[in-house]
Amino acid sequence: MTAGQLPRWVDLGLIPFLNLAAAFLVSGLVVVLIGENPLEAVQILVWGSLGYGEGIGFTLFYATNFIFTGLAVAVAFHAGLFNIGGEGQAYLGGLGVAFACLALDSVVPWYVTLPFAIIGSALTGAAWAFIPAWLQATRGSHVVITTIMFNFIASSLMVYLLNGMLKEQGSMQPETRTFEDGGRLPFLNDIFPSFGFGYAPVNLSLFLALAACLLVWLLIWRTKLGFEIRSFGANATAAIYAGISPVRTIVITMLISGGLAGMMAINEIMGSQHRLLIDFVTGYGFVGIAVALMGRAHPVGIILAAILFGMLYQGGAELSFEMPNITRDMIIVIQGLVILFAGALEYMFRPAIIRLFTPSQALKAKEA
Amino acid sequence: MFEDFILILDSTVRLSTPLLLACLAGLYSERSGVVDIGLEGKMLGAAFGAGAVAYITANAWLGLLAGIGVSVALGLLHGFASISNRGNQIVSGVAINFLAAGLTALLGQTWFRQGGRTPALPEGGRFTDVTWPMAEQLRDVPVIGPIYAELLSGHNILVYAAFLAVPLTWWVLFRTRFGLRLRAVGENPAAVDTAGISVTWLRYRAVIACGILCGFAGAYLSIAQGAGFGVNMTAGKGFIALAALIFAKWRPASAMLTCLLFGFLDAVAIRMQGQELPGVGEIPVQFFQALPYILTVILLAGFIGKAIPPKAAGIPYLKERS
Amino acid sequence: MSETPAIELRKINKRFGPVHANKDIDLVVKKGSIHGIIGENGAGKSTLMSILYGFYHADDGDILIDGKKETIPDSKAAIAMGIGMVHQHFMLVDNFSVLENVVLGAEDSQLLAGGLFRARSELKRLEEEYELRVDPDTLIEDLPVGLQQRVEILKALYRSAEILILDEPTGVLTPAEADHLFKILEVLRNEGKTVLLITHKLREIMAITDTVSVMRRGEMVATVETKDTSMEQLAELMVGRSVLLRVDKKPAEPKAPVMEVSNLTVTDSRGVQVVKDVSFSVRAGEIVGIAGVSGNGQSELLETLSGIRRATTGTLKIHGETIDLSTSTLDAADMRGKSMGHVPEDRHRMGLINSFTEYENSILGYHRDPAYSKGLLMDLATIKKNAVAEIEKYDIRPPNPMLKTANFSGGNQQKIVLAREIERDPEVLLVGQPTRGVDIGAIEFIHRRLVELRDAEKGILLVSVELDEIRALSDRVLVMFDGRIVGERGANAEEGDLGLLMAGVDNSPSVQGGMQ
Repeated sequence: MTAGQLPRWVDLGLIPFLNLAAAFLVSGLVVVLIGENPLEAVQILVWGSLGYGEGIGFTLFYATNFIFTGLAVAVAFHAGLFNIGGEGQAYLGGLGVAFACLALDSVVPWYVTLPFAIIGSALTGAAWAFIPAWLQATRGSHVVITTIMFNFIASSLMVYLLNGMLKEQGSMQPETRTFEDGGRLPFLNDIFPSFGFGYAPVNLSLFLALAACLLVWLLIWRTKLGFEIRSFGANATAAIYAGISPVRTIVITMLISGGLAGMMAINEIMGSQHRLLIDFVTGYGFVGIAVALMGRAHPVGIILAAILFGMLYQGGAELSFEMPNITRDMIIVIQGLVILFAGALEYMFRPAIIRLFTPSQALKAKEA
Repeated sequence: MFEDFILILDSTVRLSTPLLLACLAGLYSERSGVVDIGLEGKMLGAAFGAGAVAYITANAWLGLLAGIGVSVALGLLHGFASISNRGNQIVSGVAINFLAAGLTALLGQTWFRQGGRTPALPEGGRFTDVTWPMAEQLRDVPVIGPIYAELLSGHNILVYAAFLAVPLTWWVLFRTRFGLRLRAVGENPAAVDTAGISVTWLRYRAVIACGILCGFAGAYLSIAQGAGFGVNMTAGKGFIALAALIFAKWRPASAMLTCLLFGFLDAVAIRMQGQELPGVGEIPVQFFQALPYILTVILLAGFIGKAIPPKAAGIPYLKERS
Repeated sequence: MSETPAIELRKINKRFGPVHANKDIDLVVKKGSIHGIIGENGAGKSTLMSILYGFYHADDGDILIDGKKETIPDSKAAIAMGIGMVHQHFMLVDNFSVLENVVLGAEDSQLLAGGLFRARSELKRLEEEYELRVDPDTLIEDLPVGLQQRVEILKALYRSAEILILDEPTGVLTPAEADHLFKILEVLRNEGKTVLLITHKLREIMAITDTVSVMRRGEMVATVETKDTSMEQLAELMVGRSVLLRVDKKPAEPKAPVMEVSNLTVTDSRGVQVVKDVSFSVRAGEIVGIAGVSGNGQSELLETLSGIRRATTGTLKIHGETIDLSTSTLDAADMRGKSMGHVPEDRHRMGLINSFTEYENSILGYHRDPAYSKGLLMDLATIKKNAVAEIEKYDIRPPNPMLKTANFSGGNQQKIVLAREIERDPEVLLVGQPTRGVDIGAIEFIHRRLVELRDAEKGILLVSVELDEIRALSDRVLVMFDGRIVGERGANAEEGDLGLLMAGVDNSPSVQGGMQ
């Protein structure tokens, strides 16, 4: 196959659009299959997620999570690595946030705690990515498999910790004590009451996520490290020829990736739950895969994809009220379809499009 | 003590059966060069299909067939994405896991309205345990008796099928034309192509074989071991099977031993819950749960032998343009 | 003779997108002959043979096998018609035994046992008939390449091939192995088989074929009896004008050594010594050529010196420093820091990242140079400005630094690499296969640049498997065989003399090692 025969807008616009359209078309068919009207469902979904302040607030709250996990997957993609471990890294990130908050929440205000929470979550998330990264770099153990394994190990470890040393004394719940004000990020509703976000937990982490997007963009396309990461991902042999160390590149990339995934916990734990609890990641790490694929590993694309998935999560919750047949599992189906069409079947429409866009060549060939 | 041990082994066999079926399923796929992290999803889909149809028809065999049907369909989807469209096999596997997780719960709720579960199976909808001849009479014979009556006898037919699938897989892989070609296409698809064999069709057959065995694994969960489908009832077994496959270095006999080991760990964990071990104290149950994954990571790190996957695994086949 | 030809092609056409790989090809191959097809890389030889073997489909045209018009939908059909092919890259399963590889695709029945049994006795018969000896139970990965190729031939014969196509069969062989192959081919011909030999090496054509066809840029330009032609005539037909490699250059005026290699030994990942106790030096203002059949350690030598591969023993003196290569952890970036440039043998795999733009590729390996950074970020404006300057100086076309390098022709890609490495003004330049797959115009340009660099008193180490290129450019020639330097010759080395050295036959009292 010869790449680069298509105009840029087709490659970056039309084809991703067709892939998404296919995913949503099939989702619509699933809705029909369970006996509901898909157009009505879309209406409810859009209204539920964007129609009023609180809905928007929830949409943005979920989107914040997805930006972090999406960036995590995307950064690894650029080095040709597939980090499926966002789930576990985000889970461990919660540990870092909790340590910072539990230690500081009654001593200092939140803005002093925040830097420690950021560092804590990034460090624990990165630490959880380190062993898979190190094994991939030095021993060739496939990072896909090891990060899957580490998701399960993380799950066991956190259950163990939350049932043991982290559990609040006298409580039956496997969770830490609730943080004081010094361990809580302000809700956006308190800062911008005019938006009417209501009880939506969207908080300052949203700006942290947007800042992370900008930094990732600078890192990947404007720094030497980013050049090395992209070089290694595009052609590892050429990267070695250029004096780029594979071990260093793999490890650093995975640490950044794990750190970004870990920072998701700031939004959930410090921004919303105000305590560390079991299974708070609930698949957000995996959504990052769909977000990164859909956003084509570019921060701008990731923001858009994260908002779309935020809409699905929030609107889907509304939808399950209005149409009890469409449970929140529908979101998981859509997620699967997006990954399928935007990822695994990414090339499906390409040959047809190429034929469509190169009629002149086909004609010439016929004439010759 | 001996009785206890036999009981642990007995549950080892029960617990390792779905792992073994899924592991052998993955073996067919990955030996042909198609990496499959969608074992979990196929198993889940099959469990749902089997549970639903067995409930409606009150026939376990039809349930099994339905489970296989669902699993093969998902396998073909994986094939369509990764063989025909040369998509990323990991991504396709992830997608299938999500599709299965979402669709089973969604359709389960729509059709049965029990929170995604299928209703308890009627008489005949379940594979029941098969008691071997003389099992009861021999039970009291020392040593041999419990082994015969507890360990060998008294499992459902899918358990026996799983363990028979091991020599069968070995035979197919190493003694038949299909097996030779399957192994070859996972190592060097170009060699197969130039020998006049269709790489595409061969790999499709491999993912179909994978689908069939995953169908058995899923059906085992919902209509043999369990009595109906429950939301996300695979609970990561597909991934343990994947770990076992790597641990077994893609070989059938080792696959059986590995699955038995992982099943044993699970059985011990259940048994040990809340019990003090002399000198060690209570071992957290989470440790046993994580152990298969930890062992696999250690193996992958090359500290216990080296797991070398089929050379062409994960790489879509494209005729080279010279 | 009026005998029906084994193969007849009429007006075969094949396009890959905009590339017209085969244009109206006509070809007649006599039964029981060895027919050579010669042409430069990219002339369309392999495409044509792949069409014949059912790997690709012709857009139009007719194929006649034994006088009968046939369509060849896939390799299976080709095999059924008695066509066998030995590919340039062997189509073998490495962890299968010889026997399993022979049987693959011709297993007789659903069960293996019968097919394996028949193959074992058939291999014995073929061994006796053609002297093709190889142990049926050895794994392919344990066989040397010469024997692996033999397995490929056996595979074809086991399928009763009457027509055998060999695609560049000698690229990986030593001269002795190649001679042995030619003997086998002669036996096959004498048994009535038809052999099609694809090569770009004139010497082989002259040595073994009965008839030769020449391809150039997708067209069949001539078919002649080998005995009625000469190397010069064929070369002219291949390139289209009568230019043979000749570079105008003054005699070298070498100065002090800029790179001294002593006792270098390199062991590869399989534990095999690929470079054995090699010592030599390169002086400022000279081009030292390393001649040899590919696979005799030249690639590993270049990779080790450039910091990509680790050595077992040896020292390297460069840029006023002596480096112990056995303990050094210097990578390619460090070696660049010691003023060493490197034009790698394989520009697609190593020299360029083809999904990157031209300007990004123009700093690959030099991206850490502070000149390309402003603070923490890269200075894209400066990088692009430099890229544009290089594009002008090296006449790289199309002159667009924003274009991905995948969209440049082979010659222009090589110029991008060459510009990048030469413009950093290195004291020593390592150059591997600088003109592989490059059109004639660009070859002249590249050769001229290398000589200019030499005249600017830089030291150049040139590795090439093209003897003509080595002889045209080098001021001194070192010959590598089996990982060793087996001889050294001056600028005017005789072709035959070098050929013998490359085959491992030392026929003169030359100095081992080449330290002068």
